Amino acid sequence: MLTALILLPAIGAVLIALVPGRRRELFLPLGVTMSIGPLALAAFVFTSFVTGEPGFQMVEREVWYEPWGLSWYLGIDGISLPLVALTALLVPIVLAASTAITHRLKEFVMYTLLLEAGLIGVFLALDLFLFFVFFEAILIPMYFIIGIWGGERRIYAAIKFFLYTAFGSALMLAAIIGLAVLSSRQTGVPSFAYTDLLDVSLNPTTARWLFGAFALAFAIKVPMFPLHTWLPDAHVEAPTAGSVLLAAVLLKLGTYGLVRFNLGLFPQASVDFVPVMAVLAVIGIVYGAVVAIVQPDLKKLVAYSSVSHLGFIVLGTFALTSGGLVGGLVQNINHGITTGALFLLVGMIYDRRHTKKIADFGGLAQVMPIFAGLFLFTTFASIGLPGLNGFIGEFMVLIGSFPSLPIYTIIAASGVVLAAIYLLWAYERAFTGVPDKPENQALLDLNLREKLVLAPLVILMLLLGLYPKVLLDRVQPSAEAILDRIEATTNYVVPEPGRLEHVLLMEEGE
Amino acid sequence: MSQFLWIIIALPLASAVFLHFAGRRIGEPRAGYLATLSVAGSFALALGAALPFFQGESHGVTVNIWEWMPAIGAALEINWDPLAALMTLIITGVGALIHLYAIGYMHGEARFTRFFVYLNLFVASMLTLVLAGNFAMLFMGWELVGLCSFLLISFWSTRPSANAAGKKAFVVNRIGDFGFLVGLMLIFATFSTLSYAGIFERAEEVLSPGMATAIGLLILIGAAGKSAQIPLYVWLPDAMEGPTPVSALIHAATMVTAGVYVIARSAVIFEISPIAGPIVATVGAATALWAATIALAQKDIKRVLAYSTISQLGYMFLAVGAAGHVAGVFHLMTHAFFKALLFLGAGSVIHGMADEQNMEKMGGLRKAMPITAVTMLIGTIAISGIPPLAGFWSKDEILGVAFSRGGWFWVLWIVGLVTALITAFYMTRQFVLVFLGEPRWTEGVHPHESPRTMTLPLIALAGLSIVGGLLNTPFRTALEHFLEPSFELVALTHPPEGLGMFVLLAGLSTLAGLAGAGAAFLTYNRPAELWGRFEAAFGRTWTLWSEGYRVDDLYWATLVKPGLRAAEAAAFRFDTPIIDGAVNGAGRLVRAAASKGRGLQTGMVRSYGALFAAGTVAVIGWIIWRGA
Repeated sequence: MLTALILLPAIGAVLIALVPGRRRELFLPLGVTMSIGPLALAAFVFTSFVTGEPGFQMVEREVWYEPWGLSWYLGIDGISLPLVALTALLVPIVLAASTAITHRLKEFVMYTLLLEAGLIGVFLALDLFLFFVFFEAILIPMYFIIGIWGGERRIYAAIKFFLYTAFGSALMLAAIIGLAVLSSRQTGVPSFAYTDLLDVSLNPTTARWLFGAFALAFAIKVPMFPLHTWLPDAHVEAPTAGSVLLAAVLLKLGTYGLVRFNLGLFPQASVDFVPVMAVLAVIGIVYGAVVAIVQPDLKKLVAYSSVSHLGFIVLGTFALTSGGLVGGLVQNINHGITTGALFLLVGMIYDRRHTKKIADFGGLAQVMPIFAGLFLFTTFASIGLPGLNGFIGEFMVLIGSFPSLPIYTIIAASGVVLAAIYLLWAYERAFTGVPDKPENQALLDLNLREKLVLAPLVILMLLLGLYPKVLLDRVQPSAEAILDRIEATTNYVVPEPGRLEHVLLMEEGE
Repeated sequence: MSQFLWIIIALPLASAVFLHFAGRRIGEPRAGYLATLSVAGSFALALGAALPFFQGESHGVTVNIWEWMPAIGAALEINWDPLAALMTLIITGVGALIHLYAIGYMHGEARFTRFFVYLNLFVASMLTLVLAGNFAMLFMGWELVGLCSFLLISFWSTRPSANAAGKKAFVVNRIGDFGFLVGLMLIFATFSTLSYAGIFERAEEVLSPGMATAIGLLILIGAAGKSAQIPLYVWLPDAMEGPTPVSALIHAATMVTAGVYVIARSAVIFEISPIAGPIVATVGAATALWAATIALAQKDIKRVLAYSTISQLGYMFLAVGAAGHVAGVFHLMTHAFFKALLFLGAGSVIHGMADEQNMEKMGGLRKAMPITAVTMLIGTIAISGIPPLAGFWSKDEILGVAFSRGGWFWVLWIVGLVTALITAFYMTRQFVLVFLGEPRWTEGVHPHESPRTMTLPLIALAGLSIVGGLLNTPFRTALEHFLEPSFELVALTHPPEGLGMFVLLAGLSTLAGLAGAGAAFLTYNRPAELWGRFEAAFGRTWTLWSEGYRVDDLYWATLVKPGLRAAEAAAFRFDTPIIDGAVNGAGRLVRAAASKGRGLQTGMVRSYGALFAAGTVAVIGWIIWRGA
């Protein structure tokens, strides 16, 4: 089933390739249709996932190349499940939102579907080499999406994105191979399987270097300060679909990798590196938010806000408490939904005005009230207004991280003030007042298609804000399992009340 | 019964959702009536659900609605105890009257139904805040009322000043929330839960005085934001940009009292700390005096009331800080009556004067607006603390509480007494300037009494302002008895016992009120040149008061502007040139090296690829060599 989840979008891309290029009007509807399949399948996986079960489910394993111990090894747990679902949900949405693309439309739809296949693959892969293949494979469609359909400086942004990420992943490949070699030396059986590599015994120095290699690759993806400058460029230049998938899913490769591989494979090194990661996370939170305040370009503003929001996820992850870790994993999804929606909204105004500069707008609420209302709604979700989704992850990260990293967490909490400043100020300048620029006076409000594009995300913002249990029940056991393993293999003890939920969970289970 | 408590919140919420989607079709004024009915319905329900408390049959229940964040002990659960019930009755009772009033006030407004959507949403949020059974849900209500406040302050969104005020309110509140949030972190770290039951009952054994002080002061920061206390009060005067019913409901009667409520709710924590309470009381007393002096010199009818609200909230802080929680909540209630009345009266005046807010251009309105004039007079007497109206009883109880605490609290008591005098002065000044004397209207203004939907709430609130104080007098402490179960874990401070002490203290505060009112009447019930000369005699002091001690300028110069400069520096002098510059520099360097080394330009991507491949091999070799 998981294999089908990866193959479906890829097959969709092939089918699109077979459609004659002159039938341009078909490509987007076809693309949306093709991506409904994976969405339905992902929904099925999400609902049939056994909650309360920490380990991998629906595991599939086929030998790929035996001499090296490579295998087509897939599985899903509470950490990857929501990300897979998010990816499957967003692809039909971004395709439906991409009506502004006319140039080489066929290829665009193909690349988007291939990107989806790669993204789902990367979250499902349990063979590290397979993971790496998907990790790299994603770069190619994304490179083209930015490079072909992007803005003025698209080539610069695409190359910067590509090289930055490739640089990180080269080191990670080295670490993966090194780890596999050590494993085969110790066991006599070559393997790249995650479950086998968990058991490699490493001397502390090696573990730290390996941790560093993985962490660097993922820190670039997140991106963590000071490795973040590719992100604003990529976002500003990318077309809407690229920005949405980039912010909502590609960045999560970083946070996902940090949890799955850094915490999973190198427990002791993770404990050792907590100060470094926490400092960088907190710098990211505050710095990203401060820089966002003065950005003149809406997309850049949202890009820097991502740097800030992702900092919360990293902080929660390396707080090594269940509240922090679960909060971080939930924030992965919630940031994807809200920031995805923000980029869609920016895209919609860009399609009308061909500018993203805040100063070019003003008074939009008068001419586009529905658009303004949805923008404000999403803004508040992003600010972390309780009742909407953004709050859950942020609040759990803060409450959960405090017992282990009190000072950092207090500093991080100032992010809630800064977020209100940069987003509300931007809203004020772009949407309120009188629309005094003639170009803004005749803008049309959202059409039915655009409303439908945003509707699922808006519903999710409410649903996950009020009933996050849908996510928590699935995420929590797997997150606990990671902490269990850290506690079992190191001297680290999760500080009280960091594991309270564990206690509660067991009580309920009895 | 208790399993239906959620309907109290759900009614206004459902009305908001319904009006959001169908409001235009229903149209004015029916949308307004529906909104009003939903709030009145909640009031009726709450009254029914509070019956066991009146009869002394119940101490309260907690009802779980659904799991929210079980990991941190945060469910959506309703805590129904006397304190919550009283707050609910105030919110829905005063709320329904203000909704009714708004039907008249917002007549002809293009976004009429939208206004009621927000107003309903506000009531639902405020009820969430007071009915929450844990701090996380309280925080949800806390933030949602902030959202509604933002939406309603900037309701007239084509006015730049309204938008700036809305944003300012939200951001300043968020500064307070930052403190509150850190307080919640400390609470969770100490108690492993955020639920009231798990915190208050265990506080005595678990909480050290130091930790209680830290938590208490952090809660105070949050409370100072929401309840507009020093140094975070600056958003409230600007919030007057919103339509007047909003000022009455949110920025006088209910939302701004949330800080008082949360301190009273956390009474156990404040009791354990030796200094958190006194600090709260000191902040309150200082704010009371500070804002009262500013109110003295305002010309705008709403800004007088805004600073007056800040000042009165200061009294409430003084009370809860002195562990006189019943006194604080009592004043919260009476203030909701008379301040809502005063704001709605001011709205009626503004309505009748074609949006004029400057009191210097009013005068003599008592003939044109008799109902507004009489009800405003009642409100003025009530707030001035003149017996037997509502404000007298509650303010007197607060001063009594401060007096009986002794020591430092005597200083605060004197501050309270002086503030009472100033309060009576500026309120009487307002009444005289608006309703008495000769008309000073701008040409073309034809003042008229407001429609029935507006005067009816005025009359109802005037009635409450007259008798509301009798709920809790030294002779009959009904409110205290009612609230007892909510404060059974704390030792409440009471005013000094005995009729003699009561007569002495009440006499003093009544004297202060009468003196202030009398002086203002004598000063302002004269031709404008004469009182103009009186104000001019204060010279720069008066200007300083009228400009609010220029605190906004101070914040702008010391916080906002440097903050913006720093952000600009970070973005344009650090991020772009230095961090990104380093990245691009490294890129150029590698490219140069690669093209020189290989003697030909193969394109960047490929040369990087080769370099990475070489590097990768080296690293793998190193790992294997190092071994495990």
